[in-house]
Amino acid sequence: MENILRNKAITGWLMAAPLALVLVVFLVLPILLIVVVSFWQATEFSIIPAFVWENYDFLFGSPVTYSVFLNTFKYAAITWALTLSIGFTVAYFLAFHVRTQTWQIALFLLCTIPFWTSNIIRMISWIPFLGRNGIANSALLSSGVIDEPVEWLLFSDFAVILAFVHLYTLFMVVPIFNTMMRIDHALIEAARDAGASGVQILWNVIIPLTKPGIMIGTIFVVTLVMGDFITVRFMSGSQSANVGRLISNDIALLAYPSAAATAVVLLLTVLIVIGVLLRFVDIRKEL
Amino acid sequence: MEPRPRSFYILAAFFGVFLLFLYGPTITIAILSFQGPGGGLTFPMRGTSLYWFRDLFEQQAVGDIWGSFRRSFALGLMVMVTTVVVSVMGGLAFRKRFPGAGALFYLIITALVIPSILVSLGVGLLFSQSGLQVHWATSGFGAQLTWTLPFGLLIMFAVFNRFDKSFEEAARDLGATPWQTLRHVILPIIAPSLIGVALFGFTLSYDEFARTLLTSGSYNTLPLEIFGMTTNVTTPVLYALGTLTTVFSLLIIGAFLGIAWISARRKARAGSDAGKGMV
Repeated sequence: MENILRNKAITGWLMAAPLALVLVVFLVLPILLIVVVSFWQATEFSIIPAFVWENYDFLFGSPVTYSVFLNTFKYAAITWALTLSIGFTVAYFLAFHVRTQTWQIALFLLCTIPFWTSNIIRMISWIPFLGRNGIANSALLSSGVIDEPVEWLLFSDFAVILAFVHLYTLFMVVPIFNTMMRIDHALIEAARDAGASGVQILWNVIIPLTKPGIMIGTIFVVTLVMGDFITVRFMSGSQSANVGRLISNDIALLAYPSAAATAVVLLLTVLIVIGVLLRFVDIRKEL
Repeated sequence: MEPRPRSFYILAAFFGVFLLFLYGPTITIAILSFQGPGGGLTFPMRGTSLYWFRDLFEQQAVGDIWGSFRRSFALGLMVMVTTVVVSVMGGLAFRKRFPGAGALFYLIITALVIPSILVSLGVGLLFSQSGLQVHWATSGFGAQLTWTLPFGLLIMFAVFNRFDKSFEEAARDLGATPWQTLRHVILPIIAPSLIGVALFGFTLSYDEFARTLLTSGSYNTLPLEIFGMTTNVTTPVLYALGTLTTVFSLLIIGAFLGIAWISARRKARAGSDAGKGMV
């Protein structure tokens, strides 16, 4: 027994066992089952084990699929660009312009607290702002910018993107700030001594050194947006669609095989995107 | 100290606007939840009152809010404890570089990036196909762990990357058994980070929507209940519930941060006597 416990591999396995168990039962098996069910057939009341390609045929044969996937990529791209520019600026301010560590921690916490509160409520919070009689419209009306209420503020692509940026910018701020804090300030001093301007330091020193953080933030934001269904449903007032909504609509109709086929394609898409992004960063080294 | 450059003020203003963007909407619904009885979902305020909060406590026609709150709270605690224990064990395991660690690591990353509706759908199918009832405390619990565990482990990786191995070696040299080293050296050192893991475990579970959607069975958790309300409740009672839930979240966050702060203070006070000795 002593000898067994001294064996590093076995103690390692024992300690990793609960983790592995949870991930196998609640991640691997469910994914395998989704792949299996994507080949099944469905009637109105039940799903029947089979091996048919009709779910995939239907998925790839429908023009809706392509436009919905395109829309999903559009949301991901726009949200990525916005969260990156906002997140980078915020992290840059915290890391290089706030001078005491106490203030850095305090302001950083202020940025992260919303992450630990409910996303649903944070979405609901936009209603009084964006509605037809909301704050934005009243402000624009009274300042004379517009003559009648703007209809596209709430329940539109604009609202969807706004909510995404609101919910997910933190996922950019945190990893970028984390990487920035590890940049050796001597490098920046050296660049300044060598005559670099502020912009040159930013472009040639800080941004290259911050790339791993940017990549990790990108992975978070892109996967969260691509896998989302609830933000799009709520903020677009069910007028726009992304892949997640395609799946959730099928589920609502109990069309599990069709939902599973869409899910498989979505999963592959996300994994390919992540695979590409992971080539640029070694996550374990960056923590 | 050198004077602040002009860019500081521009960036500080940007940061201020960002905070306003982050918190403004939540503060707005907090204000609007004090609408008078005749008020609507947006400004102007028609008087101020606690009408909508009282409504929340009295009338149960909108659903089972308090039941769902109790379930969410219990589930949050279950997920929190499990996340802390499993993450610490997993973090310790990964330091040993056991065979298969690489595969397990990629599994953790997969859990982090997989769209949450897939977990919901897959776990739901798994339970229904194996003849089990979905229930928030079984399938819902497991589905949420696939989201909280990766965060817990990433924190543990970050902690152990910075962990000074000479403490352990010193303990071993003094004759401590592996268990004693863990109990009296490693755990006390990583304890403050465990508060962070616990905070992630509880709040991510308490607010989780998508992963519980198809796995909670016939009893809703609070986020599911609130989402249900958005489709059929059009009075400020929705804001009152949102405000209460947010206040509760803030209290929880405050409690965790408070514990972290106190333990950091105690650690600083206990301090190290290195260099103060009898040289």
